[in-house]
Amino acid sequence: MILHDYVLSASCYKIRLMAALSGQQLELQAVNFHPAREHKSPEMLKLNPGGTLPILRDEDLIMTDSSDMLRHLTRNLPEWQGDDDGWLDFARTLNETLGMARLHDVLGFEVDIDAARKRGVHLLRLLEAHLTEQRFDGMIFLTGDTPTIADIACFPNTALAPDGGVSLDVYPSIRLWMRALRSLPGFIEMPGIHRLHELEAAE
Amino acid sequence: MSDSSKDHWYPVGLLSDIYTPRQTLLFGQEISLTHDDTGFVVKKSSGASLPTIERFGHLWTSLGQPDHDLFVIPEANTPGRHLVDVGSVKVKCSPLRAVENFLDIAHFPFIHTDILGAEPHTEVDRYKVEIREGVDEVWATKVKFFQPQAAKSAEGGIITEYMYRVPAPTCAVLYKTCPPRPKEWDIITLFVQPLTEEWCEVWPWMALYDDDSTMAEMVSFQQLIFMQDRSILENQIPLKLPLDPGMETPTQADMTSVAYRRWLKRIGYSYGAQMVAA
Repeated sequence: MILHDYVLSASCYKIRLMAALSGQQLELQAVNFHPAREHKSPEMLKLNPGGTLPILRDEDLIMTDSSDMLRHLTRNLPEWQGDDDGWLDFARTLNETLGMARLHDVLGFEVDIDAARKRGVHLLRLLEAHLTEQRFDGMIFLTGDTPTIADIACFPNTALAPDGGVSLDVYPSIRLWMRALRSLPGFIEMPGIHRLHELEAAE
Repeated sequence: MSDSSKDHWYPVGLLSDIYTPRQTLLFGQEISLTHDDTGFVVKKSSGASLPTIERFGHLWTSLGQPDHDLFVIPEANTPGRHLVDVGSVKVKCSPLRAVENFLDIAHFPFIHTDILGAEPHTEVDRYKVEIREGVDEVWATKVKFFQPQAAKSAEGGIITEYMYRVPAPTCAVLYKTCPPRPKEWDIITLFVQPLTEEWCEVWPWMALYDDDSTMAEMVSFQQLIFMQDRSILENQIPLKLPLDPGMETPTQADMTSVAYRRWLKRIGYSYGAQMVAA
């Protein structure tokens, strides 16, 4: 499988992370999204007329929607599947709010930044409330005891919220959930999302 | 103290990005970049035109009266190098903090883990720092550090040798062991545009020997590295760079930073600096 990838993209990271956690190899093809806007080049538009990243190719199949990619990567892995549909939609709204705030603050995209942050904070509160309910029921992940593509879809834009000027300090359940995800075997990092250091101090 | 900050040249855009009119800030003042038949035009909001220089893939301007040309990097002109426009990243920190972080080696194993550094190889050996009087630049030489993956073109860990140069208050040039050509230096720069005293736009630029990586891969590598620094930079307190001792205690590994701060003070550069001792 070939992933047309941008190193700073939260959506591209979703796919890299899902592949890493499920032990699948991706051939990464770097795209100069910034500053060269290569994702809008004629060559890339031929692959994805929508002009977005990521693009995942598996033989003749070309996917341009990150939810489709997560489903594709886990199509034979039932342990990664749960009651995911609503959360995949939720992940899309995270991308439109916190994700855009981040592109505004980091790369200078023109965005209604106050509206993006305000809607993003509203979504974080919903996420926090749900994860707190899950904890009361003895579960750490969005749909159960184990992570599914719902978690992988929602994790990157949530974890990168501080890049867009939205603090995560006030969401203890989100922070614990992120810590649980970062502790998964095979976890990989991206700039702004660090690997987990040892929980216990060395003697 | 008279302040020389405005009399320097600053990067404000990429020469390769000429089709987009750009509105931006320099020292908190709005400026616009456009392109007409004669070339680039940079104007203040009052309509007054500002001087321009086109160099290192970037457009440079000044709000003051620079009495000197923008510095040069002769090594970057040797044939066969790839000139890499990395683009810009905005950071909520003093422009001087961004430069200082670029000069620091000790953070590599902790922030750029398994790329520019790795535990337990955390020690920074003694190196040489000087303020070169003739050119009025800060130089650090004979810097050596173990790196797991020093560049996109590096395979496996190597002892990398560095030279750091600060040729202008918000610009730093790094000369670094070039894995495919041991006799040459790779050149990696950090050009910083002061948006305000506590907000900057950082324009890395590179002149590399690398025949294996695509341009997109070289750009991605450097953006990855810089974005690893961004969250650290945004969490440094105070946001401005203290030039007087008292607030932060340097160690042996911070000699370049000490020289940089001393030099800024000597040339009377205060924009983005905290001048009062704690």
